[in-house]
Amino acid sequence: MDVSYLLFILMLSVFLGFELINKVPATLHTPLMSGANAISGITVVGAIALAGSGNADIAQWLGAGAVALASVNVVGGYMVTDRMLGFFKKKEG
Amino acid sequence: MGLELIIQLGYVVAAGLFIFGLKMLGSPDTARKGNGISAIGMLVAIVAALLDQGIVQYEYILGGMVVGGAVGAVAARTVAMTSMPEMVALFNGVGGAASGLVGVAALSIADGSFTYITIILSILIGGVTFTGSLVAYGKLSETIGSGAVTFGGQKFVNGLIVIGILTSAVMFVMDPTNTNMLYTVVGLSLLFGIMVVIPIGGADMPVVISLLNSYSGLAACAAGFAVDNNVLIVAGSLVGASGIILTQIMCKAMNRSLSNVLFSGFASVSTTVTEVEGEIKPISVEDAYYVLEAATNVAIIPGYGMAVAQAQHVVKELMELLEANGCEVNYGIHPVAGRMPGHMNVLLAEADVPYDQLLEMDDINPRMESVDVAIVIGANDVVNPAAREVESSPIYGMPVINVADARTVFVLKRSMASGFAGIENPLFYKDNTRMLFGDAKESIGGLVREFS
Repeated sequence: MDVSYLLFILMLSVFLGFELINKVPATLHTPLMSGANAISGITVVGAIALAGSGNADIAQWLGAGAVALASVNVVGGYMVTDRMLGFFKKKEG
Repeated sequence: MGLELIIQLGYVVAAGLFIFGLKMLGSPDTARKGNGISAIGMLVAIVAALLDQGIVQYEYILGGMVVGGAVGAVAARTVAMTSMPEMVALFNGVGGAASGLVGVAALSIADGSFTYITIILSILIGGVTFTGSLVAYGKLSETIGSGAVTFGGQKFVNGLIVIGILTSAVMFVMDPTNTNMLYTVVGLSLLFGIMVVIPIGGADMPVVISLLNSYSGLAACAAGFAVDNNVLIVAGSLVGASGIILTQIMCKAMNRSLSNVLFSGFASVSTTVTEVEGEIKPISVEDAYYVLEAATNVAIIPGYGMAVAQAQHVVKELMELLEANGCEVNYGIHPVAGRMPGHMNVLLAEADVPYDQLLEMDDINPRMESVDVAIVIGANDVVNPAAREVESSPIYGMPVINVADARTVFVLKRSMASGFAGIENPLFYKDNTRMLFGDAKESIGGLVREFS
């Protein structure tokens, strides 16, 4: 893909990220961080292609390792965030 | 419609769901749903990636997913809320390592200088994030000392490492067959991660953990460039931006610049001894009860000590008894209370304290004058009036919760040993301050028994 096109996407998403995260209240900062952990597990998408290349070489093993690590982030991140957010309740009545 | 187009559209949908999920994190009412939407986005992205026709062998992928997923699930279910900072630190490190590995593995399909540069970047950021997070984890869990480790010539050594990384990176990009240079970059990145985190003390961990959070996103972003994938770039930069914002908030809450946090421990600054006038006035649990019984407005200011003493549940019990007694109870939460952003909020939420009673520093401070009793539990620097009054104090200028404005202040503290930053706290000597010595959980438990 064209380099300038990728950089363009990068710039827009950084700005969007700043706008979005600035609106997250302080009380949710810990779930925000663990949720961000989960999203950074997106690396799994890049790792999948490398782990499934079919060339039984070192790259495939590295890819499989990356899939495993990123899966820890994805599964662990989303589950622990959900668990935490389940605690947040409004005052009754 | 071609398969490739379907995959790309899947990535677009995934990116949209991530953005929407983060937007819903803007309010506690919608946050849980937002997290779910973000998770669906991840599922869409993974399914799209699996459709790729370049994949001929699924064993490695499945194996990795099962192992990683199981580890993640067990960790997420069993972790105690008091240990969330350690957990997030570990997850940061794991994410960094994954992106670094993707960078290395992408070498097999790489061509062109730009790709090599992005591969080096993902290895560098991923490696620093990995070892840096492990050190942060060690400090948070106290498996290694949580203090700042400094030695003579530290900056010089770090400078050499940076030069070494830059030189070997440039040489590798110019000649990608020279794998020795690549290994040098890997090794030096891992070393650099350790070197940048060891000089930072435990009290500054909220900054470090936010920054490493940001790095783990940036590493994914760099890996996205390396394997030419949009959704990695979008998701990675969202995480990167999130971490940077949290880092800024933490630095501002400590009135310090990022470079000050990273390059100088408190220890080197706090040489001035503050002269404090007045005397310490201890109070017994029984007397504290009589004061609380007559109070109509109580503010509770928790700090890391509350987490250490596991006192959040008895605090909630005390709050219920006070409320049943016709008293208004609020919590004042400083941005850097605890070891990570929002640490106190999660602990109190777990103990069933409604989140609308958890007030931020700027909301509780104007109300402080109408507060009858401010109860400080295991917090020290974040309520230190020296930040407002003593210009020579190392924390002068840091925004603090003005508990001294309340009619009476109870400080729950183990002993008079100085706080984490080793700074004298004039609050303890104020006329309206009473010290309730002992373990926070036992002291509050004592108050609860007096009430019931």
